[in-house]
Amino acid sequence: MHEVQLTASLRDAADGAASVTIDAATIRELLRKLVERYPRMQRRLDEGIAVSINGEIYRDNWSETIPDGAEVFLLPRIQGG
Amino acid sequence: MAHDKHFTNQEFKVVGTRVPRPDGVDKVTGRARYGADAFAPGQLVGAILRSPHAHAKIRKIDASKAEKLKGVKAVVTSADLPDLTNGRRDMLDILENCMARGRALYDGHAVAAVAAIDAETARKALKLIKVDYEVLPHVTDVDEAMKPGAPIVQPWVRTAGVDPAPTKASNVSQISTFGHGDVEAGFAEAHVIVERSYKTEQTHQGYIEPHACLASVNPDGTGELWVTTQGHFVFRNVCASLLGMEVAKLKVTSSEIGGGFGGKTHVWIEPVALALSRKANRPVKLVMTRDEVFRATGPTCSTSVDVKIGATRDGIITAATATLRYQDGAFPAIWGMLGAMTSFACYDLKNVKSVGYDVLVNRPKVAAYRAPSAPMAAFGVESTIDQLAAEIGMDPVEFRIKNAAKEGTRASYGPTYGPIGIGPTLQAAKNHPHMKAPLGRNQGRGMACGFWFNFGGQTCVDLNIGVDGTVNLTVGTVDVGGSRASMALIAAEELGIPYERVRCNVADTVSLGHNDMTEGSRGTFSSGMATVFAARNAIEVLRERAARTWDIDVSKVEWQDGKAVAMGSEHSNLSSLSIEELAAASPNTGGPIAGHNEVVADGAGVSFATHICDVEVDPETGKTRVIRYTVIQDAGKAIHPDYVEGQFQGGAAQGIGWALNEEYVYGDDGRLQNPGFLDYRIPVCSDLPFIDTQILEIPNPNHPYGVRGVGETSIVPPLAAIANAVSNAVGVRMTHIPMSPPRILKAIKAHRAESEAAA
Repeated sequence: MHEVQLTASLRDAADGAASVTIDAATIRELLRKLVERYPRMQRRLDEGIAVSINGEIYRDNWSETIPDGAEVFLLPRIQGG
Repeated sequence: MAHDKHFTNQEFKVVGTRVPRPDGVDKVTGRARYGADAFAPGQLVGAILRSPHAHAKIRKIDASKAEKLKGVKAVVTSADLPDLTNGRRDMLDILENCMARGRALYDGHAVAAVAAIDAETARKALKLIKVDYEVLPHVTDVDEAMKPGAPIVQPWVRTAGVDPAPTKASNVSQISTFGHGDVEAGFAEAHVIVERSYKTEQTHQGYIEPHACLASVNPDGTGELWVTTQGHFVFRNVCASLLGMEVAKLKVTSSEIGGGFGGKTHVWIEPVALALSRKANRPVKLVMTRDEVFRATGPTCSTSVDVKIGATRDGIITAATATLRYQDGAFPAIWGMLGAMTSFACYDLKNVKSVGYDVLVNRPKVAAYRAPSAPMAAFGVESTIDQLAAEIGMDPVEFRIKNAAKEGTRASYGPTYGPIGIGPTLQAAKNHPHMKAPLGRNQGRGMACGFWFNFGGQTCVDLNIGVDGTVNLTVGTVDVGGSRASMALIAAEELGIPYERVRCNVADTVSLGHNDMTEGSRGTFSSGMATVFAARNAIEVLRERAARTWDIDVSKVEWQDGKAVAMGSEHSNLSSLSIEELAAASPNTGGPIAGHNEVVADGAGVSFATHICDVEVDPETGKTRVIRYTVIQDAGKAIHPDYVEGQFQGGAAQGIGWALNEEYVYGDDGRLQNPGFLDYRIPVCSDLPFIDTQILEIPNPNHPYGVRGVGETSIVPPLAAIANAVSNAVGVRMTHIPMSPPRILKAIKAHRAESEAAA
């Protein structure tokens, strides 16, 4: 089980929750289960999202595994110049 | 090993050397072909009619006279760019920005376009288009736009990030909050608190090459686009989607690029050129004037920022807050959010809170500008940090070192850092001779830190070995700063051959798989990673070919210094086979030899920098001269040190212009007053000192060579470093960027008046 922290700007899509507990082996599974629980999160995924696992930010590689006990943050997708 | 993304501390032979860039000769001889340098048989000239109003309802567009003008082949309006976005508001915003749909949202917003046989006819045609405007109230200032009763820029926008969700339209499109701990408790522990407000004005990336493209759409639904861009694959996808074309049928070729810095990550004129070409059934070339570049492409935000930081007398920060208001132009974006995320990222803070406001105004859509949003946040935070250090009587470098983030620090935007370079850049600054050099009269020294995320993304590389053993490396990331040389170095390193035997090219969209933009400092990080893997794949093929030639098992073949070597005493009579020999024999050993790789290059690793700056301010005129500047930044691994240093210097140079002179000036009528390089002054060579650099190499654990992106972080500290230097020189805290001569004089005079009043 992972305690997934949501940044404030994503919380409205999760009924205001600051964190959610989800059992997931990969980012893909995490996001799928998140949308199952909070359908409004789908729009946020479509707009772009990033997942931080133990401090490393993943924007695209949804096959990345989530180790046991990992720190997981859901962040808005960042843009660069 | 072959596809292991992790850093392996490999020893290098050619990586890290300063070889000539492959595009250098073309660029210095004028052969390089930029956006405006493409020609097609029968091409027309495109031109765009732009709104003179900051905000207006478009009641009617009458193009009948223009259409009848001899030589005019097509006129398009929003009616020719129907909404095919299927409910995707972000895509509709892009379309609406390219061509106004019922309302002009800023001075310079496109309302119609023509394609004609020559520029003169096109200009005449624009004058014949009659637009019936109903001028609406406008707002261009970020603070004014947030006030109750301000003109609403986008009636459909409801503020996101607040609970309960609002029901009324607002110019605040999003509020983003980051942080942890209890800031009120933290401030209660502080012995000293500094609280200040800051403003920065809007600036443009100032790339020398204007936006330009050549579009050609055929009746069979195929099309081609030659364009100056930071990402032709993304341009292809966006343009195809907006115009209802199939992605595979639109070929996009990126020209050489005369600067982008984030401004060429968005489409502006390209969908319009394609629409004109489709309607005229002829190729259409569309080149922006400088006036258009300023008025109708994507500058960075103007901002209004409040910062409050408290610390104990022994120099430990106990709490920090920032409120950051960023204007996004006329379309919702995430720039305020990024300001909030980056603001305190350099520091190890127990209690921190940052709130970003994304605010709509009647100005052009804001685009990324090199580490977008971070420089303005750093200006506020690093200025306040400097004042706090002075208040508690601590050296500003020591104060920062004491509070710097490190491995294990929880970043202010959430996650916990791995190995990072802020501490080492500060230590290097502390030990740098620049910090100890004496200062003269009217001179001041400042320093500041900066942070940027960096990211990777989708990347695809082909490596083909020719019959003579030379190598064509084909990448899809646009070369904005010397990356072709870096990629060739990496391929040469892996293959064990001289750099000169590798030629790196940027492919068009029909020749290679999708590549994300060159943005987020990702070019060398991600294409470099894909090049490592593609070269290793090619080496596997080379080993197989050698094994086949020798009729031995491939497990007995190793690749050493550009040659296949048969291992084991039983094969000691076999001479090694060079890449040239294997390539020459390839027709009879299995055909062409190549390596490919497709990768999602995540794990780019965050980046930090520390800058030191000396200035001299003329107290009579307020003119500031930067007399010495030093950039210290972590590159992870500098593949080609010249181009790493070039990125460091380029960011600093742009930051100097931003800090001292550059500024969008809007009149009360909402029109941009200075859309040209005469009135919008970017630095020229005589404005700049030699910018000294120091590359630190703290390996990124998520790249085989340890590479971190370097392209953006260098623009983050300059605003603050220069503001701290100027403030120290004149004895007045400067809180408004740019610190132009009138602004400095005003601050000096106000300070004198205050001092005299107090006396």
